Amino acid sequence: MSFLRKVGLIAWKDLRAEFRTKEMISAMLIFALLVIAIFAFAFDPTRDEVRVIFAGLIWVAFFFAGILGLNRSFAGERINDAIHGLMLSPVDRSAIYFGKLLGTWVFMTIVEIVALPIFIVMFNYTPAGSWLLAGTAILLATLGFVAVGTFLAALTANTKASEVLLPVILFPVVIPVVIAAVEATRGVFGGLPPADFVTWFKVLGVYDAVFVAVPFLLFEYLLEV
Amino acid sequence: MPQEKPAVGPVPGLRPGRGGLNSIAVITFVLIAVAQYLIFMYVPDDATLGLIQRIFYFHVASAWNALLAFSVVFAASILYLSKGERRYDALALSSAEIGVLFTTLVLITGPIWGKVSWNQWWTWDPRLTTTLILWFIYVAYLLIRLAADEPEKRARYAAVFGIIGFIDVPIVFFSIRWWRTIHPVVITWQGAAMEKSMLQTMIVSFIAFSFLFVYLLIHRLRIEAMQDEVAQLKERLQGSRG
Amino acid sequence: MVVSRSRPASDGAPAIVAGMGAPAVAAGMGAPAIVASRVSKRIGPRMILRDIDLTVDRGSFLTILGPNGAGKTTLIRILTGLLKPTTGRVTIDGRDLAEVPAEVRRQFGVISHHSYLYDSLTARENLYFYGRLYDVPDLPRRIDEVLAEVGLELFFNEPVRTFSRGMVQRLAIARAIIHRPSLLFLDEPYTGLDPQASETLSSVLSSLKGPERAIVMITHQFDQGLAMADRVVVLVRGRIAINEAAADLTLDELNRRYRTAAMRPDDGGDTTRADRGVTP
Repeated sequence: MSFLRKVGLIAWKDLRAEFRTKEMISAMLIFALLVIAIFAFAFDPTRDEVRVIFAGLIWVAFFFAGILGLNRSFAGERINDAIHGLMLSPVDRSAIYFGKLLGTWVFMTIVEIVALPIFIVMFNYTPAGSWLLAGTAILLATLGFVAVGTFLAALTANTKASEVLLPVILFPVVIPVVIAAVEATRGVFGGLPPADFVTWFKVLGVYDAVFVAVPFLLFEYLLEV
Repeated sequence: MPQEKPAVGPVPGLRPGRGGLNSIAVITFVLIAVAQYLIFMYVPDDATLGLIQRIFYFHVASAWNALLAFSVVFAASILYLSKGERRYDALALSSAEIGVLFTTLVLITGPIWGKVSWNQWWTWDPRLTTTLILWFIYVAYLLIRLAADEPEKRARYAAVFGIIGFIDVPIVFFSIRWWRTIHPVVITWQGAAMEKSMLQTMIVSFIAFSFLFVYLLIHRLRIEAMQDEVAQLKERLQGSRG
Repeated sequence: MVVSRSRPASDGAPAIVAGMGAPAVAAGMGAPAIVASRVSKRIGPRMILRDIDLTVDRGSFLTILGPNGAGKTTLIRILTGLLKPTTGRVTIDGRDLAEVPAEVRRQFGVISHHSYLYDSLTARENLYFYGRLYDVPDLPRRIDEVLAEVGLELFFNEPVRTFSRGMVQRLAIARAIIHRPSLLFLDEPYTGLDPQASETLSSVLSSLKGPERAIVMITHQFDQGLAMADRVVVLVRGRIAINEAAADLTLDELNRRYRTAAMRPDDGGDTTRADRGVTP
């Protein structure tokens, strides 16, 4: 139980620090909206085709906004060398990973919750299907993205050109999440029968399980000074 | 000046001898020559696809080499993390570079074949698309190595990513395959059952390319070992001057 | 002044190995809390530390001196477990640091020239975070206590971002002692401090010295280092060059011996440049 509490504590610390300034989360939100706006100008939102690619569009926006959040997740620990403060404490290294993961997951989910209705309005899109299913898909996909993302953000935080390196090494690895997120969302919003898109929920489930477990095992190798 | 044995650094396993390299070189040369003969002289033209089909042997053999290379990266990464010995890191790096090389060849031969045979550069076929992602993953591996400044950090981060990347590849493949069943393509690489001479050529090509892989790997390892020695010599010179 | 001394191996406690091979004399104090045995560290092709043998007993204060690049920060990172040594080992109360679980770090308090603080959080929130991390009992009262001890009780609700350097370091001290650590590690703690903060640090350190505590401080300031210490070790190019009881040294003598050690020719393989002319 104490482990979970430490995870929660570290997440609390990130949330508390962020909500004081709200810098990062507003940047993420604005960026997501900008991505959609650029797509709107590039692809003309009044065309019917847009309905077909709506699911794809929102996930592009979410993932690019998510990268911003990931970049910042360990940047805050480098100022004042706070990461060493954490590493010197009696907390398990993996608790740092889970705590950061939890915090970033919350941030990204908040951005998604705020941005999605705005996207729906911008594109005159009428989503069908169950919001419960849609919410589950969004949460699972975000988790997968953030699980690998937090891990790789810890890796790039200690390297040169870290902000540029993170998207380059993250996106190839999260391709399955991209595909599954879009297909699952498309299926739910399109009102398709669940049998059509249940595979994608399975993919997300497997991916999340693997890419929370493997970073958990490997995280200490990233933190050795 | 007293010579000190380095605790890590060039170790016997890291720097294969000249003799071994030479014999591998000879065998590789012979095998590749035989394979070339088989590919261009022995095997008849494909019934439907014609002359261009011969590129298929290079394409698939390169893909095999890429797979081999990245499996070595995976194994070497795990070994490095558990043992911490420099030679596993050198092995992983060398194998990754060669893997990227052969992956690039796959990505070049694929579209050439596609364009000539079916007038389509890129078909989003699951295997070719997975190869593309594979390419990105292992280029990322190399970029990580460039971005980390200390050798120990570099080795560790790369090893960790080598493990993550390798585990990811099957998931990527299946995701793309299911994705493609929803948005199917007409053209795939699955040919009809191969005729005997084609099968023979295929097998010889695989063996020849495997030796080529080993040959390149040994060469690359030697270069890495030499670079280690140079770095150590530099440090000794600087130290004695100080 | 008390110094650490050799103990017979039959004691069960790890024997002291003085870096120069000569055991120190005088009455013993507490049990050896921190022991480094034949520790060396290689980073890339460079040998940063070579053959370090150190013992810090409970109740004693060890100062590690040396020029920049001598390997002091690397050594303290190895002693606290942030870095693994290439060879040799570190034991804490007899237990190998590489094998014990994270729990042993509960005894560690670290003051670095970095503050380990979060700029967006207030002083109190920072202390709350670290306090909870270390499972400090009766935390709210303890927070008020340490804030008062470092003279920051009026600023508990200000974000650290607004603090001056001296205030930041004082809060860092509070953070380091909030869980009442028995093993203190100080990494160049006086760097960049104004006189008031320096004084606070010195007085806090003096009050912390006690029979149960072991303190290790690294610094390049010979005068301050010697003043506080029971024992002084000087690192030159990754090796221990001087290992003496502080009582046996004056500042002048220390400087003289340091200059001699720094001018000794290098063995092959050493790579760190000595920084000559360190002034007290």
